[in-house]
Amino acid sequence: MPSALAQATIVATTAAAPAAGSTLWDGLATGDFKPDPTVGRLTVAAFPALDEIIRAALPTWQRKFPNVELRIISRQFVDHHTAMTTALATASHLPDLIALEFGFVAKFAGSGALQDLRQPPFDATRFQDRWVPFAYRQGHGRQGVLAAIPADIGPGALFYRLDLLDKTGLTEADLTRSWDSYLAAGQALKARSGAFLLAHARELKDIVLRAQLQPGEGLYLDRDGRCLVNTPRFSRAFELAQQARKARLDAKVLAWTNEWTEGFRRGTVATQMSGAWLAGHLANWMAPATKGLWRSASLPEGSAAAWGGSFYAIPRAIDPAQKHLAWALIQLLTLQPDAQQRAFRQHDAFPSLLAAQADPFFEQPIAFLGGQKARLQWRDAAQRIRAAEVHRLDAIADEIVNTELDKVLDRGKDVASALGDAFDLIDRRARRR
Amino acid sequence: MASGRATPYLFLAPFLLLFVVFSLFPLVFSLVLAFHGWEPAAGWSSWRFLGLENFSFALDDPWFWKSLKNTAWLAVVSGVPQHVIALPLAALLHQAVPWLRNGVVGAYFLPYITSTVAVAMVFSMLFSTDYGVVNVSLAQLAKSAGLGWLLPAEPVAWLSDPDMIKPSVALLVFWRYVGFNVALYLAAMQTIPKDLYEAATVDGANAWQQFWWITVPSLKPMIFFGVTLTMIGGLQLFEEPFVMTDGRGGSDQAAMTTAIYLYRTAFEFDDFGTASAMSWLLFIVIAVLTWLTNRAFRTRQEAA
Repeated sequence: MPSALAQATIVATTAAAPAAGSTLWDGLATGDFKPDPTVGRLTVAAFPALDEIIRAALPTWQRKFPNVELRIISRQFVDHHTAMTTALATASHLPDLIALEFGFVAKFAGSGALQDLRQPPFDATRFQDRWVPFAYRQGHGRQGVLAAIPADIGPGALFYRLDLLDKTGLTEADLTRSWDSYLAAGQALKARSGAFLLAHARELKDIVLRAQLQPGEGLYLDRDGRCLVNTPRFSRAFELAQQARKARLDAKVLAWTNEWTEGFRRGTVATQMSGAWLAGHLANWMAPATKGLWRSASLPEGSAAAWGGSFYAIPRAIDPAQKHLAWALIQLLTLQPDAQQRAFRQHDAFPSLLAAQADPFFEQPIAFLGGQKARLQWRDAAQRIRAAEVHRLDAIADEIVNTELDKVLDRGKDVASALGDAFDLIDRRARRR
Repeated sequence: MASGRATPYLFLAPFLLLFVVFSLFPLVFSLVLAFHGWEPAAGWSSWRFLGLENFSFALDDPWFWKSLKNTAWLAVVSGVPQHVIALPLAALLHQAVPWLRNGVVGAYFLPYITSTVAVAMVFSMLFSTDYGVVNVSLAQLAKSAGLGWLLPAEPVAWLSDPDMIKPSVALLVFWRYVGFNVALYLAAMQTIPKDLYEAATVDGANAWQQFWWITVPSLKPMIFFGVTLTMIGGLQLFEEPFVMTDGRGGSDQAAMTTAIYLYRTAFEFDDFGTASAMSWLLFIVIAVLTWLTNRAFRTRQEAA
């Protein structure tokens, strides 16, 4: 934790120097910058809650660009990404700035439809030390193109019900020591409290796949498009999921279903691995009545993984003058500690900007988590996450691997042949063209 | 001022415009697309000719065949009972007094005109493993009616057990469309001349004989029409399984129909060319089956 703080301070000092690394907004605190006389309009397409976050930056924007109207087009999550696919495909009705969820960065960054922000006049590489390293890496697409800038991140955590653990006589360390101890704790929990260890065995597979990534590896394919499903990472992930299912430790409930939230409300599920943002969802609408019962821990076996995260990108096909304005807004939203901290306080958008992580807000106890200072833990976790290489086949590979895991869990297929079949299905797609 | 000769075209224009934009253009575009590779997010620069590669990839794709099998299973299991039950039901209602008949047909018809998404969502809630009305009722029945030996001891995972997903979806599809077929057959029955039945009664034919030898043969054209509609609808099945399985087809893709698979191939997996090829392959399957149905009904009619 001290290391992260120290790093943030260093970043803040370098930011103050008027070197190549200065942003458009450096004089923000002192009002030191002159208003820009540019006249025009900047269109931003976003989804909740990024639309709110951008709207909150409006007063600051108007101080610098009093004559540039900021127009925010807000759509629901799925609609937004479909609309952006269409807009980029036809190069018509393109917004000047696009908000993207991590899952779509690979798809769009790989297509070459987004502006490479390494190039002048953007030169975004000069700011690379300011963002959380893995998030900055994740904004890259094919051939090292920097297509998107991280807005917020989702450092992974293990949320657990302290009351159920206490009832069973277990401690947090029993959950986190290793994956085997996690499963053993699950058996004790099931036997003594009747609660399931986790919602779905698939989650176990997902996290192990992400936690044991080697440098240069993508989740399913490596940099050169070779399928990685035959590596030990996958057999370990599948075997752990299989063990959990065989011991009846999972509720067989997938995330974001009614049964999932109901399980949290009724306390039938004892742990959930997810992005740090889950605490906000639990407190606000999923299970507000369980306030004080939950705690956050690091992921088992010292794992670190990210769940989601948002990015900003600029379409390649728009007017350079508009790109300039869009880049100014990206700088405001991702390089200004104020904007990043406000987004965290109001919308649980965990800062991608290291300087924003030096906020005293991180030291505050979280009432829902029984007064735990969990943000410090999440900040620490964010430092240890390794970026996965993104690939255009990630979406289909994800579906293939999940389907083969279904066969293992629900139909008793053996792990080796499931992974062999998954390999063939991915490989035949990777070989096309 | 429009001249007299232009007037008809002016009146036709709204339809033509909508037809060209929303039907003809997508149709032609998807046919062209089926022979090309295209990553839409990359714009037109990624557009390139692939010849028959998309078709050979689809025909070689185990998932495409799996989706066709799922579709066929669902079409048969949800489709056949629709007619087997709608026909006698319509005959029964045909005998009923008019006010009762209209009320009952209205009730049967209601699911057909209700939004599929709303219906599928309600069914998802009914079939929920832990909190659904179906499982709660089964558990109550097992406890109170002493049927425990007959009913499953554990809650049935209707929508997450790959062996149960298909029957659950088929039940919804059956429930939704049986009323439509009842209305269809009832309307056709009202056109059968009464004197046929009178003559049969005089000849000593009982109700079953009248149904089998008069009603069913007279309804043949309508049965052909109804069966064809059910078959086409069944092969294009999309919304019901899509909503009931959160758009993924369920565990082991047990309810992933071809329509869902090709939709996902395009919009989730970003392969519009292969998806178009699959849609044209599906079209060929539907066309061939429709032609076969047509033949089956015609030869029997001609033989009769």
